[in-house]
Amino acid sequence: MTAAAFDVRPVGSRQLAGTATLLRFNLRRDRVTVPVWVAVTALMVVSTTNSLRTVYATPAERADIARQMLTNNSLRAMYGPVFDDSLGGLTAWRIGVYAAVLAGIMSLVIVVRHTRDEEESGRQELVSSAMVGRRAPLTAALLTALVANGVVALLVAVSLAGQGTPGALAFGLGIAGVGMVFATMAAIVAQLTESGRLAKGLTGGLIGAAFVLRAAGDSATTGGTSQAFSTGGGSSVLTWISPIGWLENLRPFAGERWWVLPLFVAAAVIQGAVAYELAGRRDIGGGFVPTRPGPAQGRLGTAGALAWRLQRGGLLGWGLGFLAGGAAFGGVTKGAADLVGDNDNAREIIERMGGQSGITDAFLATMVGLFGLVAALYIVSSVLRLHGEETSQRAEPVLACAVGRLRWAAGHLVVALGGTVLLMLLAGVGLSLGYGAESGPILGACLIQVPAIWALGGLAVLLYGLSPQAAPAAWGAAGLILFLGWIGPALDLPQAVLDISPFGHLPKLPGGEMAWGPVGVLAGIAGVLVAGGLAGVRRRDMTS
Amino acid sequence: MTKANPAIEVSGLHKSFGKTHALDGLDLDVETGEVHGFLGPNGSGKSTTIRVLLGLLRADAGAARVLGRDPWADAVEVHRRIAYVPGDVTLWRNLSGGEVIDLYGRLRGGLDKRRRADLVERFELDPTKKGRTYSKGNRQKVALVAAFASDVDLLILDEPTSGLDPLMEEVFQRCVEEERERGRTVLLSSHILSEVEELCDRVSIIRRGQTVESGSLADLRHLTRTSVTAELAGPPNGLTRLPGVHDLDVRGHRVRLQVDTDQLDAVLRSLSESGVRSLTSTPPTLEELFLRHYQDEAVTR
Repeated sequence: MTAAAFDVRPVGSRQLAGTATLLRFNLRRDRVTVPVWVAVTALMVVSTTNSLRTVYATPAERADIARQMLTNNSLRAMYGPVFDDSLGGLTAWRIGVYAAVLAGIMSLVIVVRHTRDEEESGRQELVSSAMVGRRAPLTAALLTALVANGVVALLVAVSLAGQGTPGALAFGLGIAGVGMVFATMAAIVAQLTESGRLAKGLTGGLIGAAFVLRAAGDSATTGGTSQAFSTGGGSSVLTWISPIGWLENLRPFAGERWWVLPLFVAAAVIQGAVAYELAGRRDIGGGFVPTRPGPAQGRLGTAGALAWRLQRGGLLGWGLGFLAGGAAFGGVTKGAADLVGDNDNAREIIERMGGQSGITDAFLATMVGLFGLVAALYIVSSVLRLHGEETSQRAEPVLACAVGRLRWAAGHLVVALGGTVLLMLLAGVGLSLGYGAESGPILGACLIQVPAIWALGGLAVLLYGLSPQAAPAAWGAAGLILFLGWIGPALDLPQAVLDISPFGHLPKLPGGEMAWGPVGVLAGIAGVLVAGGLAGVRRRDMTS
Repeated sequence: MTKANPAIEVSGLHKSFGKTHALDGLDLDVETGEVHGFLGPNGSGKSTTIRVLLGLLRADAGAARVLGRDPWADAVEVHRRIAYVPGDVTLWRNLSGGEVIDLYGRLRGGLDKRRRADLVERFELDPTKKGRTYSKGNRQKVALVAAFASDVDLLILDEPTSGLDPLMEEVFQRCVEEERERGRTVLLSSHILSEVEELCDRVSIIRRGQTVESGSLADLRHLTRTSVTAELAGPPNGLTRLPGVHDLDVRGHRVRLQVDTDQLDAVLRSLSESGVRSLTSTPPTLEELFLRHYQDEAVTR
């Protein structure tokens, strides 16, 4: 064969050789996760419209809530301003920020997973040694994100079309636009770091910063600015700096400002170009931020210390999130409770979640319950570190040392079970700081969640103890519990179904009656599950 | 010399995973103080055996004693005196090599600080790098330094040198010899036959979960064929009739043949009857010995 045989195509297209194959391959690898992300994002939007329709049934009620947003700074920080009191307008207000954040997280996970994670694992080397252009992996990753965001846009646009086609289209495209801005941002970050986990963490931090900028900007301005409520003027500069803020400035269902859309495109294109430029300047597997060397001597000496060392970073991140989230929710409690209190339907839902006493207590109880549900995710991920250590073969050499299996597992379980207590305490501290009330009852209410969280953690231990193949099913259980706790009350599901979740049995605190019975039973169940799981860990073969 | 307590005693070990019989009545005896080679084709059950010896897997049937104890029931006690190096070393991404070495050392019976420093230097390991930045060979060095510096009686090494360069292979062999001199026992699973030939006092060859050969290299050589090339003064005679002669190739007065090692004597006598001008006799290499077993494996498949 001669050189000419290789030079059939122009140089430019060879940089992208194999992109189509890689894209198909990516979509195949993501055939479960991406549809779930997409479905959750779209369902969240649709269910918001439905619950708003039930709660604020009449135009008068909707106008009422929209007007109250004008004066409530803290709620504007949470959700952004209301620009229109139609069902579509309220949907865009209520869920836009969160759908955008969700699309952003989905996009960053997709991009880092198919770029830096691949390089870090060494798989990319093998792929790139085949007929694959230098730019193909990054292009395929961005296209995968584009497909996912495109489907989100399509589902949102179609399902909200009944509220007005232009608004639905703008809303869908705006959510997808935020997604693509963070996809390309992740592409840049993934060129800089050598670790996929760090790239995900940094981009996640950037999304958090975008949220905070928008929140600060929105709380600073006075109310919405459409004709209906306008006092004139536009968003604050801070909101305009944040890509998440662009979505509200697109004004879906409130006189769409289509000229905002090119902003998403421009940002995505510029960031994509930067990522390509960086990718072209570095070695495969290399980064621009070198990994710092560690100590030549170690202080770790026990399995427990190792477990703590491996999990402390994650726990720190969760803890900061719980503290900040607690403070944020605590800060809006007063206003939110007033707002909800004026509406019978909303009050009913909140009372179903949070209890029958005063509406402020009910709102606080709802928030405490939500933190409990999120902590359930923490405990599953923390318990399943055991599973990760085993399947990655890092557990094997440790267990070949003079470390009993129980002691090895106990190290991680102490972090998982104890970390839950710590997280709920931090949420309580945050809530009471934000709310500005005496902290005792709130802290107590937070701690009452712990047995329910432990029960789920115990289930994860049991599944792991039975067989490593069964362990990931704990995520399914966590998903079910989240669904029941989050959406169940709004759907008015029968009590028997809600009772599947351990959280359904907890007393509604603060405000409600303390009931030690169910709390004790849940703690007992958690203990039995953990013991059963540990017995399994002791008896079964360790896999590799 | 009195026979010391064996370091590892395994008899009739069975282990299946679903329908796969990984171990099918395996026997293994490792004397205290010896370096024992553990050989066999891929998938023959070496790693499964090692993982039973470490108490990570529970055998379905058969008996195993490690350092005189039951490796499943007394795992922690046994492990205090064992250092293990897996074939595929995975490290924690954000722990440095030095931290991992010290962790493993402390989780075993303890670590000899001076020996650790010496080994880090000899293996040319940078202990400050983070786990994710090490190459395969360097990850193995981390595990090897931790094992050789640990204060233990038995080293179980599962293909420990597959990623090492020849210079480091040399360092590794020196380290194993030092271990032997210090009276420690080594079970070495390896595919690098020169390494096994160089280091091992005895070897066990397993196939399909069963032990097919066990003994010193001299014993095993005895069971196989020696190659003989001779230049004779006259034409050879009678060689074809001798038992144990294979692949006989006669070209004028030049003879090449293979002979079962226990029949060598008769062949040499027959050759000297014809008058020997030159003679080379090559003992079987471990490679040949091994290939015979591997090929048997292929044939019986």
